[in-house]
Amino acid sequence: MEIMILGTGCSKCEKLEKNLEVALKELNIDANIEKVDNLAVIASYGVMSTPGLVIDGEVKSIGKVPNVKELKKMLGK
Amino acid sequence: MNIFTWLNDQLLKMKWLWDLVELLVEKVFGLSMGTRIGGSIHFFIYDAIKIFILLSLVIFIISFIQSYFPPEKTKKIIGRFKGLKGNIFGALLGTVTPFCSCSSIPIFIGFISAGLPLGATFSFLISSPMIDLASLMLLMSFFGTRIAIVYVALGLIVAVIGGIFISKLKMEKYVESYVWDVENVDIEIEKMNHKDRVEFAKEQVKDIVGRVWPYILVGVGIGAGIHNWVPQSIIERILGEGNPFSVLIATFIGIPIYADIFGTIPIAEALMAKGVGIGTVISFMMGVTTLSIPSLVMLSKVVKPRLLVTFVAIVTLGIIILGYGLNGFSFLLI
Repeated sequence: MEIMILGTGCSKCEKLEKNLEVALKELNIDANIEKVDNLAVIASYGVMSTPGLVIDGEVKSIGKVPNVKELKKMLGK
Repeated sequence: MNIFTWLNDQLLKMKWLWDLVELLVEKVFGLSMGTRIGGSIHFFIYDAIKIFILLSLVIFIISFIQSYFPPEKTKKIIGRFKGLKGNIFGALLGTVTPFCSCSSIPIFIGFISAGLPLGATFSFLISSPMIDLASLMLLMSFFGTRIAIVYVALGLIVAVIGGIFISKLKMEKYVESYVWDVENVDIEIEKMNHKDRVEFAKEQVKDIVGRVWPYILVGVGIGAGIHNWVPQSIIERILGEGNPFSVLIATFIGIPIYADIFGTIPIAEALMAKGVGIGTVISFMMGVTTLSIPSLVMLSKVVKPRLLVTFVAIVTLGIIILGYGLNGFSFLLI
């Protein structure tokens, strides 16, 4: 699974990463987490409110930090 | 006293808190309100508590409204309007779209890649930090409805006219070229229900209060200092109506400072009490909120120096003209 966190290093991005790690661990999923801070790339996903969460190329959440429960739902498909 | 005056005094101006802090200062600390120490301690405690209460309440209500206008949706709305209408809607939506300077760049790229005119984009970028519903409510509490409405109306005018100037100057070539290469993507915006919006608003309160509290305390501290320690004559000489450069000085002091409106309000309040003109005070507030070194550094990543300088010049000029205009007509306001 390819996961991207879009954001320019704000505190919310770090919180999102932490929640994500917990969710992945609980679900026993192996995934690549990539942090993207290139503005052109962020914008190319149509994301204007950071942090954005992209799972397997699909934008799942924007402008907020989903909690672990919500993340598990997004990861579970 | 009629019921509306009472409500305004108690709820918006929080007279009860004023009285309570007065009791604290006089009875618990044993200081007279007439002394400098007593007066400035009262100013500090009362203003700090009042701003935090108002801030939390206001951010909650405003965020709830803002949850209907994420930038991804704002982009589509502005895109429907051409020319002057685009500027006006850009400026208006700037007041309700949640905005943090950290997302100004993705918003800028998103707007431009969606084919929005540069002018409308700048109208949005000027109005966003300068005016929002939260500042309207805080200004009402501190300075009364009339001044609050004037601030918002004039802010919108600066944003619309600034955007028009930028579009007339045809500065598209001064946007960094990679911005034009970004493809426009419209993403599905998840539907929020009532509960989600309340949750979003709560998160915003936590986030914003957590971010701005140091600025507020510094602002209140400076306000308390001006209020009780700086002699009226000095303030009047520098910023009073007698000094023809007052607005210029206030604007240029305000511009490099990075703070939001919540931190500047106590300073503005203290300056007003010292007889500084309303135009001078508003110029200072607009300078602080709209332009700052961190936001310009951000913006320089997407526009070339020429456009950046033009943007700063137009906004500065707008703020200065506004300040002098307001000082000239202040008799209508107070």
